[in-house]
Amino acid sequence: MLIGAASTSVLIVVLIFLFLGKEAAPFALTPGLSALFDSKWIPVSFQRERFGILPLLSGSALVTLLAMLITIPFSVLGAIYIAELAKPLEREILKPFIEILASIPSVVLGFFGLVVLAPLVKSFFGLNTGLNALTGAILLSIMAIPTVISISEDALNSVPHVYKRASLALGASQLQTIFRVTVPAALPGIIAAVMLGVGRVIGETMAVMMVTGNAAIITANPLDPVRTMTATIAAEMGEVPFGSVHYQALFCIGVVLLLVTFGLNVIGQQVLRRYGMRQ
Amino acid sequence: MKIKALFMISLCIFLFGGCKASNQEGDKNAGGEKAAQKTHKGLSIKGSDTMVHLTSSWAEEFMKINIGSEVSVTGGGSGTGIAALINATTDICAASREINDKELSLAAAKNLKPQGVAVALDGIAIIINQANPVSFLSQEELKKIFTGEFTNWKQLGGPDQAILVLSRESSSGTYVFFQEHVLSKADYTERAKLLPGTSAVVQSIATDKWAIGYVGLGFAQKAGKDIKTVAVRKDDKSSAVEPSVETVKAGLYPIARKLYFYIGEKLSAQTQQFVDFCLSDKGQAIVQETGYVTIK
Repeated sequence: MLIGAASTSVLIVVLIFLFLGKEAAPFALTPGLSALFDSKWIPVSFQRERFGILPLLSGSALVTLLAMLITIPFSVLGAIYIAELAKPLEREILKPFIEILASIPSVVLGFFGLVVLAPLVKSFFGLNTGLNALTGAILLSIMAIPTVISISEDALNSVPHVYKRASLALGASQLQTIFRVTVPAALPGIIAAVMLGVGRVIGETMAVMMVTGNAAIITANPLDPVRTMTATIAAEMGEVPFGSVHYQALFCIGVVLLLVTFGLNVIGQQVLRRYGMRQ
Repeated sequence: MKIKALFMISLCIFLFGGCKASNQEGDKNAGGEKAAQKTHKGLSIKGSDTMVHLTSSWAEEFMKINIGSEVSVTGGGSGTGIAALINATTDICAASREINDKELSLAAAKNLKPQGVAVALDGIAIIINQANPVSFLSQEELKKIFTGEFTNWKQLGGPDQAILVLSRESSSGTYVFFQEHVLSKADYTERAKLLPGTSAVVQSIATDKWAIGYVGLGFAQKAGKDIKTVAVRKDDKSSAVEPSVETVKAGLYPIARKLYFYIGEKLSAQTQQFVDFCLSDKGQAIVQETGYVTIK
């Protein structure tokens, strides 16, 4: 009975893979998988419909990369402070707020991004619009930071106390102990936390759709608009004719997205397992 | 052990059952014709995707008033709807364009004479920020802006500022209408920002001084003080026309169209009742609520 309940999620994952594969498969026959490597995504056209997912892939990659550049320093330093340096009272205040931040619905954050963050980014960089990859990345890092802080902090806390005491006893200062002993010892846990953060960022949809501008172009400029894979599925699935090539193309994006997050999860698990940090 | 097995089996049945049900639903969507044939007692409407929202609002209200009646609405496009009408697999075809000669001759071959009833008007307003000095554009200029040929307001007699092109998502009927009528079926510039929903377009133009976008007429009038509509002229010779309910009704505003119901000659009582309802005051009030322009 209990095994049955526990294995439900395994069954669901398998079924989702099967379902996505089934819906996406006809695309491999006509127009063929090579159509996915086109450089343009123009699903509705009177000229020629094009289903290249490269701009979407690069859009997701750019936003995720930028978001992690912001998330990693913030959350690792934050976690170190909370785990090692904060006074008990500070910890009592900081932890609940971080948890509240984690529980804000993404649509609400997206609205905040559209109305508050986008104008700020716009005036700071002197642009004519704030809807671009950077705004999306900042918003996503707000979502990822609480997750990464919580897990990194757990990792830091699970470093045996004897390590720290030994280091302090040998005459190392507190900061030396933190950066030479505690952080390296907790590093696998921190890496796993970052991996989970990446998974959260790459799969996020609503907030990204509201602030990234959704223009399907291949760019590396953070101030250009980008269109992510998730936003494309969310925006277009509602009205797409059932069973059309466009419909199948959206499922292909779904498969790619699932493979990417699946891969990230596996890497995260491997890191945890290798260093024996699995809880 | 036994309990465990039983549980797994029931779980499988549950999941696969769910799977199957959703498949059937999908099939119904794909072959709406089949579904229409099956449900003889209900009224079926098929056609324009633009009109799906309007027709389903009508259908909901109609079913509320006439308890026990059943109206099913499917999209698929005006062409699909007209084909379904000719094949007698739908009672009413919703079309955002007039029926063409080829379709008429196809219908004539089946001894059918489709009758068009204009049920609503649809106009698209071009909106920009209040701070933008440009006040009118020609249809040709609009085409060049939205296909990316013009990228600076300087080219249109405005200040030296880059044009920020905003569009609806490609799933929107307005996107297709604008593409067909203003862009003459050319593709949008790839730098156009596709925003989810009319409110996002309005919001963005209210804050971005050099943006341009398009929305349904009903929304433009409610957009607020930071937004202004652009008068549009058909070509260089004609004069620019402000979008409004009056100019759309009078046929002066160029980016507008009539929305039709096409029906066969011999009507069932229910079909007649539904068409009458749509043209009634109550039906036309729904037209206004959904952002279109009333026909009367």
